[in-house]
Amino acid sequence: MAEPAPLLEVRGLKRYFDASPSAFERLFRGGSRLWVKALDGISLAIQRGETFSLVGESGCGKSTAARCIVGLYPPSAGAIVFDGIDVGALRSRRALALVQRRMQMIFQDPYASLDPRWRVRNIIAEPLTTHGVVTDKAELRTRVGDLLQQVGLSAADGDKYPHEFSGGQRQRISIARALAARPEFLICDEPTSALDVSVQAQILNLMKDLQRQFGLTYLFISHNLAVIYQISDRVGVMYLGRLVEVAAADRLFRRPCHPYTRLLLETIPRLDPQGERDPVAGEVPNPIDPPPGCAFHPRCPFANDRCRQERPELIEAEGTLVACHAVEEGRLPVEPRAA
Amino acid sequence: MTASEALLRVERLRIEVPTRRGILVAVDDVSFAILPGEVLGVVGESGAGKSLTGAAVIGLLEPPLRIAGGQILLDGRRIDNLPYEAMRRIRGKEIGAIFQDPLTSLNPLYTIGRQLVETIRTHLDLGSAASHERALSLLREVGISGAEQRIDHYPHQFSGGMRQRVVIALALAANPRLIIADEPTTALDVSIQAQIIALLKRLGREHGTAIMLVTHDMGVIAETADHVAVMYAGRIVEIGPVRTIIAEPRHPYTVGLMQSIPRIGGRRERLRQIDGMMPRLNAIPAGCPYHPRCPEAFDRCLRERPDLLAAPGSEAACWLYDRVPAEADRAAHG
Repeated sequence: MAEPAPLLEVRGLKRYFDASPSAFERLFRGGSRLWVKALDGISLAIQRGETFSLVGESGCGKSTAARCIVGLYPPSAGAIVFDGIDVGALRSRRALALVQRRMQMIFQDPYASLDPRWRVRNIIAEPLTTHGVVTDKAELRTRVGDLLQQVGLSAADGDKYPHEFSGGQRQRISIARALAARPEFLICDEPTSALDVSVQAQILNLMKDLQRQFGLTYLFISHNLAVIYQISDRVGVMYLGRLVEVAAADRLFRRPCHPYTRLLLETIPRLDPQGERDPVAGEVPNPIDPPPGCAFHPRCPFANDRCRQERPELIEAEGTLVACHAVEEGRLPVEPRAA
Repeated sequence: MTASEALLRVERLRIEVPTRRGILVAVDDVSFAILPGEVLGVVGESGAGKSLTGAAVIGLLEPPLRIAGGQILLDGRRIDNLPYEAMRRIRGKEIGAIFQDPLTSLNPLYTIGRQLVETIRTHLDLGSAASHERALSLLREVGISGAEQRIDHYPHQFSGGMRQRVVIALALAANPRLIIADEPTTALDVSIQAQIIALLKRLGREHGTAIMLVTHDMGVIAETADHVAVMYAGRIVEIGPVRTIIAEPRHPYTVGLMQSIPRIGGRRERLRQIDGMMPRLNAIPAGCPYHPRCPEAFDRCLRERPDLLAAPGSEAACWLYDRVPAEADRAAHG
């Protein structure tokens, strides 16, 4: 069966940040240019209507990926294709604006992402007026009122300012703003990480309802594996700027392949601890000077000489995509996890 | 549990904030005890009063917040009314503190060795060589490899997880008997978080250190704590052994809280959610503060505020567990 064309396709996306000493320092004290390879070549495809999640620890590049895709960072290399349109090849501002209207972003911190001097009504109306979607004042008012109700607030809340709302309500306002221009694709960067767990449940449920209602496609970024499990159809696990495993969510949690995915699943605090856990030692290495070969090899109990020298590519193995020599060679059997 | 066994006893603690529109009660009627070597988890949403309770124990409430009632006893001695200097000596020596952001606990201008040695010499009667030796052994104890080199490094040269280890080493410097850990793993990645949790548990086991662990993360509590106190709107709504409360929560708020935690495994469907939100301090409803969100609420909950009552396995501030029905109670008094 031929796969339908994906809504979003990312090919070989890279984003490097300059961490060099200043030109002056380099000239007089020596030293060379340094690059942080925040995103070191990722490829993925997201189908219409699905929720694709990126998971990983701080510094793995998941937020950088989100920001490149939505257009906040220009990529250093690679292509972003949205609904068949190569976004990087667009030259006119008009054409770019048309694509960007179709994708919106929700940020982690609902305190920082809403301008405290604006009334909520104007915050939500902004994407509509900037993109010239709605110009009629009365219609704008109705649209904003509808949006507020869709996210579980009341139309009257539009007259208030952001400080009058709690964290969860502010995140609802962010969602209403993101939905204003009727986008097809939402990029959600840790949308519930700053919220309390009972509020998190409200927001995740709201996002699922809206997805069903409007046929939305989500790229969801989180470090919380339980949240990822609840919301995702497919999951990409990132480590040091690269994807190490991509699989359907239930498959990933039932039969994780990559040793790093296994480590992540092992280390989640459980509500029913099964005796003492033996925490895995080590930390994510410095992205300025990543280890040669597989970036995970210093922490990996299955690493051998090949892992230390040759970087594994994401290949199809065991029915998922995984970048690991040990899995590829069959040195590391993939077994279902005990629930 | 008798009073003499408990290392820390908090009795009917009340914390107030005077504002222009009157006095707000941030923490009210909070009582608990921690035994040596025991970990008490304090869990709740932001604004529930859990961090304030920790700050009150360690004497670091920021004015205008003030202790307005109750008492705090360390080893049977009252510490909530001590003068500043006396409390400063207890802090560090007998009570150590670990906060969420390790950077705020470390001075960026001094090497970690200097900060450790200074803390050790302030509280313990040790010479400089012996203090240096102790600083090294503390760093090894918290799992910092290459302690001999790392001791001369500055805080910015450490990663987040390593910095939190340094903060724990500082908190341990004078062998305190009690540690207040306020969200010690919240800023850390899960794999590092697991390492820090294991470290805290080992401390309790090997040194008999009592730990008050304040966090919003029920998973961390489940892994670490022996007992747990669930706070809502400034009060403890349920307290008891951690296994019991996780397996069979009794207070409707604890039940809702446990259900709203996303879990791995099982069916992926809508999460159970608690509708509404925790009331603000200036709008705490009469009766049980949870009644507007409570699926079990009945008329008594709207009028009378429940104290902690014996529920099966734990204590819960909920009228569902009142052994004497209200009717009988009234009849007896009438």
